[in-house]
Amino acid sequence: MTTANDLIHLPAADLAERLSSGEVSSVEATQAHLDRIAAVDGDVHAYLHVAGDAALERAAEIDRLRAEGDAGLGPLAGVPVAIKDVLCTLDMPSTAGSRILEGWVPPYDATVVRKLREAHLIPLGKTNMDEFAMGSSTEHSAYGPTRNPWDLDRIPGGSGGGSAAAVAAFEAPFALGSDTGGSIRQPAAVTGSVGVKPTYGGVSRYGAIALASSLDQVGPVSRTVLDSALLHDVIGGHDPRDSTSIPDVWPSMADAARAGRRDGALKGMRIGVVKQLNGEGFQAGVTQRFTEALTLLEGAGAEIVEIDAPNFEYAIAAYYLILPAEASSNLAKFDSVRFGLRVNPPGGGTVEQVMSATREAGFGPEVKRRIILGTYALSAGYYDAYYGSAQKVRTLIQRDFDAAFGRVDVLVTPSAPTTAFRLGEKLDDPLAMYLNDLTTIPANLAGVPGIGLPIGLAPEDGLPVGIQFMAPARADARLYTVGAALEQILEDRWGGSLLSQAPELAVATAGGTN
Amino acid sequence: MAKPELMDFDKALELYEPVLGFEVHVELNTATKMFSDAPNYFGGEPNTNITPVDLGLPGSLPVVNEQAVRYSISLGLALGCSIAESSRFARKNYFYPDLAKNYQISQYDEPIAYRGSVDVELEDGRSFTIPIERAHMEEDAGKLTHVGGSTGRIQGAEYSLVDYNRAGVPLVEIVTDIIYGADRDAPELAKAYVSTIRDIVVSLGISDARMERGNLRCDANISLSPRGSGILGTRTETKNVNSLRSVERAIRYEIQRQAAILSAGGTITQETRHWHEDTGRTSAGRPKSDADDYRYFPEPDLLPVQPSAELIEELRAALPEAPALRRRRLKGEWGFTDLEFRDVVNSGLLNELAETVAAGAAPQAARKWWTGEIARLANAAGVDSSSLVTPQQVAELIELIEAGTLTDRLARQVLEGVIAGEGTPAEVVDKRGLAVVSDDTALLAAIDEALAAQPDVLAKIRDGKVQAAGAVIGAVMKAMRGQADAARVRELVLERAK
Repeated sequence: MTTANDLIHLPAADLAERLSSGEVSSVEATQAHLDRIAAVDGDVHAYLHVAGDAALERAAEIDRLRAEGDAGLGPLAGVPVAIKDVLCTLDMPSTAGSRILEGWVPPYDATVVRKLREAHLIPLGKTNMDEFAMGSSTEHSAYGPTRNPWDLDRIPGGSGGGSAAAVAAFEAPFALGSDTGGSIRQPAAVTGSVGVKPTYGGVSRYGAIALASSLDQVGPVSRTVLDSALLHDVIGGHDPRDSTSIPDVWPSMADAARAGRRDGALKGMRIGVVKQLNGEGFQAGVTQRFTEALTLLEGAGAEIVEIDAPNFEYAIAAYYLILPAEASSNLAKFDSVRFGLRVNPPGGGTVEQVMSATREAGFGPEVKRRIILGTYALSAGYYDAYYGSAQKVRTLIQRDFDAAFGRVDVLVTPSAPTTAFRLGEKLDDPLAMYLNDLTTIPANLAGVPGIGLPIGLAPEDGLPVGIQFMAPARADARLYTVGAALEQILEDRWGGSLLSQAPELAVATAGGTN
Repeated sequence: MAKPELMDFDKALELYEPVLGFEVHVELNTATKMFSDAPNYFGGEPNTNITPVDLGLPGSLPVVNEQAVRYSISLGLALGCSIAESSRFARKNYFYPDLAKNYQISQYDEPIAYRGSVDVELEDGRSFTIPIERAHMEEDAGKLTHVGGSTGRIQGAEYSLVDYNRAGVPLVEIVTDIIYGADRDAPELAKAYVSTIRDIVVSLGISDARMERGNLRCDANISLSPRGSGILGTRTETKNVNSLRSVERAIRYEIQRQAAILSAGGTITQETRHWHEDTGRTSAGRPKSDADDYRYFPEPDLLPVQPSAELIEELRAALPEAPALRRRRLKGEWGFTDLEFRDVVNSGLLNELAETVAAGAAPQAARKWWTGEIARLANAAGVDSSSLVTPQQVAELIELIEAGTLTDRLARQVLEGVIAGEGTPAEVVDKRGLAVVSDDTALLAAIDEALAAQPDVLAKIRDGKVQAAGAVIGAVMKAMRGQADAARVRELVLERAK
């Protein structure tokens, strides 16, 4: 007999098996997650919108299909999933964490959302995020911050703090995120979960509200490497509606993750430690766990090589020119004319005045800061010095990756320089906040895939530490193999998942879920 | 607004040399839009031919229309341009409510076609080579309607409506290099250039090219250089010039206006100017400077356009006959004199004529109708002849004349009916009952009646005074309310005199 408590703690893969065998119903699994959300989300605030009735309705439909012996059900049929609010959903508001889109329900589904539905997953709701994915703490959400399930006074990372916290707080087995400079991997690191930024073009961006088009990529967040792989298999692949989507046929990421669980998966694997992304500037406990993880990898037969990537040093500077430049243009459409918030200045006004008043009221300070930065970086007379130079740096970083992947199979870095910091700690210091994505940004600039997974708790604060692997473009499968292999070694040592060590959250309703 | 001072055209040309430049926008007639799968159809209920992409909804992404790329390459080749192995789209950023994303996807520093030239012919047969800097792809904006206020312009309007049906319609913008040496031919050259571009896109079949519908739009840049100084003046860009005739008039007007200002010691403001068809004047629009900052950057949502060499060669091989060669061929086939042919070309009716001939009409008859009655009616209405009737309708009209069903006089009435939308020529003939009475019995009855009224006529004819028949013919035609063939009536009258 599987209890409701079991249901929320099961990895998606295991839940899918029990659904498939008929041991549990999708309605039960969905209800268990909705109950958990009701119990803990008042504190965590991972969700901006919970679609309880629609989820239960859809779950009942999947159960009915299964009872009728429908052979067309996908392997994840009936499994609940959370969706970052940056993704367009037909039946739920899609705000990207911004006041300017409050209540906006798109007339279409993002391609990845359509694929989730076609694979018979159950969308539970939309998760919180920094406004337009600008931030590393989810404190820039217009709807209030999300809190880290490990310590409610700390940030869950960002911009996808909602998806990571939902998964870490057992409010969803897995979730969709988006990663422009680390928005999947950094929250995964600080919440003890797994997150993957696929190869640029590996997953459709159609219906993902754009931050920086040349950097954005949708990806999975989960508690296990296999679950991310399963979700990746659902959402990945070519989309004719996204011109930057790669027309290749992809190998099964789930198979790659399962291969990682076999003995000897790491034997002979060459793993490069990026000199520039290790040591100085990293929290002691982060470095300690990272070094231990390298030892474990070596012990499993991998060869550890130091890699010099000299241009990585300029990655943050280049990123904070390219991102704001693209964002300033992408966010121009929020002008009140066709959708979203409209603010009329007192006594009415011209269309320019209405646009201006709307943007003044609808955008938060971080969004305004980046629009101004980007507008400046693209201006005549400054373009070459800023945007132009940043693009050159980007090319140099891509060359560093090419050179590195000539020597090693994957690169490895800590996922983030520190563990979760306290709410409010870096809110007044944008530059300190920007440094949080130090290790994750290079992958976005080069378009290569990256996976983040937990490697233990930092001794000084007892908070999760993450490791990041990066592979050449299109070699996403390799990341799942390496990630799953290390996960297996660590869980064997810990006797379970890291998240099973997370403190119990207080439950809001009498009776709770236990 | 006080009527601006204008300098006499000849005087202006004595003092200044006009320097020209044109931007011609061609709307491509692809099935779907430039970056979305919405129908490429501007018209119908506002905001119906749209998708999330055309509205710039959050999350939507553009996808390049391959047909538009092919059309653009063909046009580039027809303009004698090189086709870029790799060209790129860029974003042109500015806020305006007809622009759904508040940026236009266009091509900036990497256009699909560059460096070409077009030969245009002036009315007297001289040829002039217009240098082409580039032709690039972009998307059209939506259409704003300003409601309230007296001018229909944004100034003074109470509110504005936006129709995004046109948003995303594929455009090619053809940009000339600076054109020197047009001198006093400048107005005529402008018209001839736009007319040639129209001929080219029509021959390629890539645009409907109806200027009055905005399928083909010309922005004319003009500045005056003090004669012999070699110093370039400040230019104005006249927009909204929507007929061949207007292109000529607008250039002429700007030369006269700028010359008056300059000779009085004034300066020309660099600005866009709006052409007003009704007053034949331009008025100041938005100040425009080279410092306008559109913050162009490469469109990150699209990959570079990289047509294969095979595709380019395939399209080159499929290019239709160049308009200049075609003109030479048609002139020979039709057996027109230089004057006759130039008349047709200069009235911009070559294609109409060719299609009318292709539909079965005799070349001379086609010429007569297009450059005669139809041109007169178009001129009176202030529209292009091609917007009044189709070549098929004209061919049918001519066929009815040849068959004796209509006289020229009746045909003119039928033409009016066709223009009024009463149907095809045959339908108008039926509806208005305009056919020639070809029944000799009816004619003879009318003739006998007329002869009875003028008994001396037959005798005069028999005496050899054949012109006396005229009085009877006139009476018969009057009795038949014009619906008789006067030549046949004459024959019958003469027969009666035998």
